[in-house]
Amino acid sequence: MTNKSVTNWTSRDDAMVENAMRRGATRRDLLRMFMAGGVSLAAGGTILGRASAALAATPVRGGHFKAAGWSASTADTLDPAKASLSTDYVRCCSVYNRLTFLDETGTVNMELADSIDTSDAKVWTIKLKSGVTFHNGKSLTAADVVYSLNRHLDENIGSKVNSIAKQMVEIKAVDPLTVQITLVAANADLPTILSMHHFMIIAEGTTDFSTANGTGAFKVEVFEPGVKSIMVRNENYFKSGGAHLDSFEYFAISDDSARVNALLSGDIHLAASIKPQSIRLVESQSGFDLSTTTSGNYTNLNMRLDMSPGDKAGFIEGVKCLLNRELIQKSVARGLAEIANDQPISPMSPYYNAELKPRAYDPEKAKSLFEKAGLLGQSIPVVASEAATSSIEMATLLQQSGAEIGMKFDIQRVPSDGYWSNYWLVAPIHFGNINPRPTPDILFSLLYDTNAPWNESQYKSKKFDSMLVEARGELDFAKRKTIYDEMQVMVSNEAGTAIPVFLSNVDAKSSKLQGLKANPLGGQMGYAMAEYVWLEA
Amino acid sequence: MNMQISRLVLGRLGVAFVTLLIVSFVVFAATQMLPGDVVQILLGQAATPEAVAALREAMHLNDPAILRYGHWLIGLAQGELGNSYANDMPVADLIGGRLANTLMLAAVTAAVAVPLALFLGITTAMYRGSVYDRIITMGIVAVISVPEFMIATLAVLTFAVWLKWLPALSFANEVTSVTEMLRVFAMPVITLCCVISAQMIRMTRAAVIDALKMPYVEMALLKGASRRRMVLRHALPNAIGPIVNAVALSLSYLLGGVIIVETIFNYPGIAKLMVDAVSTRDLPLIQTCAMIFCLGYLLLITLADIIAILSNPKLRK
Repeated sequence: MTNKSVTNWTSRDDAMVENAMRRGATRRDLLRMFMAGGVSLAAGGTILGRASAALAATPVRGGHFKAAGWSASTADTLDPAKASLSTDYVRCCSVYNRLTFLDETGTVNMELADSIDTSDAKVWTIKLKSGVTFHNGKSLTAADVVYSLNRHLDENIGSKVNSIAKQMVEIKAVDPLTVQITLVAANADLPTILSMHHFMIIAEGTTDFSTANGTGAFKVEVFEPGVKSIMVRNENYFKSGGAHLDSFEYFAISDDSARVNALLSGDIHLAASIKPQSIRLVESQSGFDLSTTTSGNYTNLNMRLDMSPGDKAGFIEGVKCLLNRELIQKSVARGLAEIANDQPISPMSPYYNAELKPRAYDPEKAKSLFEKAGLLGQSIPVVASEAATSSIEMATLLQQSGAEIGMKFDIQRVPSDGYWSNYWLVAPIHFGNINPRPTPDILFSLLYDTNAPWNESQYKSKKFDSMLVEARGELDFAKRKTIYDEMQVMVSNEAGTAIPVFLSNVDAKSSKLQGLKANPLGGQMGYAMAEYVWLEA
Repeated sequence: MNMQISRLVLGRLGVAFVTLLIVSFVVFAATQMLPGDVVQILLGQAATPEAVAALREAMHLNDPAILRYGHWLIGLAQGELGNSYANDMPVADLIGGRLANTLMLAAVTAAVAVPLALFLGITTAMYRGSVYDRIITMGIVAVISVPEFMIATLAVLTFAVWLKWLPALSFANEVTSVTEMLRVFAMPVITLCCVISAQMIRMTRAAVIDALKMPYVEMALLKGASRRRMVLRHALPNAIGPIVNAVALSLSYLLGGVIIVETIFNYPGIAKLMVDAVSTRDLPLIQTCAMIFCLGYLLLITLADIIAILSNPKLRK
């Protein structure tokens, strides 16, 4: 199929159309979208045909799927509580299950849970599916769920989600298939929280994680930390049909171009998270395509409100105006980003405040603000590092924009090694990088609450804190959205965190690999691809 | 002569022991200077002060670092390498398979590179100044000047991506047949040969040319010995000392320095393990890797000295 009448149309745009279709756009909506973009009706039809075909293919059973992520180390683990690298997430998703999961539209679906109910958002009753078995043949019971969730509360385990799990004050088994969770205060988001990767369910009493005894679609055959893992299909999987693949091999190739080369030479079927620079190379070859997900990952510039110069009125607003978001989107991210409006909730979320427009690039306004703050002409240090994706490029753009209005930004480039413990949250002006989180509540509690552990700019507002608690206990969607809308405006205007764009994740894959969809929890289908994809002969 | 060699070996053992001790301490001190510790690295962005304290307690990392170093040293003396901090697996298990991979790659590379280098080194010395010598010498300078990641990446682009003859990744454990092995090892070995043979060729050439200037070679020439006999029988035995040392130095590089090749071909060797260990501040693993590199180096150098002594009657009295 050739797209004769469209120029400048790339597989990136195909991915965008597919995304829009998944979000529920009708054919008419899409054609209107094309018209607005200057694409003729006939050509638009061709594109739609291609996108629909990609969505409607039938799965094929069998095959050995090889995929490469970008990070692995000897700290690789099969313990879901400690999972920290993308490789851990992919591995855990293939061998374990969660109580709930998020589908591609961000809606909560039941996985091991059959239902999750509450009347007051404080006491929750979870009914488990019956007939689910672990790889060793043991049946799933409430005791396993209680054990799995309680581990996050034990500080000796070192769970990554300890701070989120702390709100569960009581987790008890009511009967063999019913669990009751009592929260310290009402939180309507519990079903979404339980869909996070760390809340995978393991068998009661498990302490050895050299292999995994889960309920998932695959069983572990080989697990070598820092080298590779091989999983084979679980024939007793509780979901009908089970995985399409016979087996699944996952490892990491940390060098970006080596990962792309391995894909192009046919050694692997999927190269996860490739850099924008490699995209053209993949696009120029036939038999390969890209899967793009914009799920809410961002790199932001943090200016601490409790330190100079962030404490000077007008400085932060000035920097926000001085960030050339369009240029960051076009040149730093090579088009693979969505412009953001200085608050952490992504356009993929149902709670996104579309009324809140991103600040326009306005160097004149910035200049007058800096002048008012008495900072114009001073040298302002900005800490950037490879550790925070694209931060060095963003800092350079800011420096150039600053130079034009007589503002000097002194970029201090520091090593990625130890960046998160030594510079992030510490330096007066530094870059951060935040991974997607499933709910506004988690983002705000983690990043903007007065007592937030990662309060990047030391933003403190009593009003904000009380709105956060209010929204958390609210079960009515419309009412919650109103509160969250206002909170987004507050963060955008008051906090010292400048969020210029949401970065897209691009996975490059062989066209033989089918069934991969975008997911709000991240690339590679929210890391859970193994269960859903198949290999065409 | 046996006395002298055993004295040398014994002396070297003593030196090796002291060297290992010093190296382990230096590595330990350097690790302490790195920002952050294993707990902070493992928790990453989730490293709140409470979480760090709790996990440190759980991992028994609250003892002063020097005390932990002492424990590790005592353990080592008892043949116990300890457990990795990062994943609590025995260090011996983590290293075992990967050391075997590294030795395998080193052996295959040495088997190709050493004969090749000796052949080229000796022949260029024999035909010094000829067109052949110039072409080879120029080629070597060119190869030395190109960084190995460039050679490796170009090789992958040509043979794997473009021609599709060879796999882009090398997994030592998937090898089932000899052809398979050749395919898997071809590109890493070619790359490494480029890196290590250049130095060996130049050293060999220089050593043989030096020997050829000696009066006894002139004597051989006057007696009517053929050029081949002159080089192989008279000059080469006297040039072996420096050549063996150059070979030993190049080979010791294969033990711990091939990180770039391991990264680009995704070869699970010990150099990458060491880098992983450093990035997670995994002290027992770092120390053990450092000990292995150091030991390998000392072993090769000692071997080179023994060969040099055996080959030179002047040195064995």
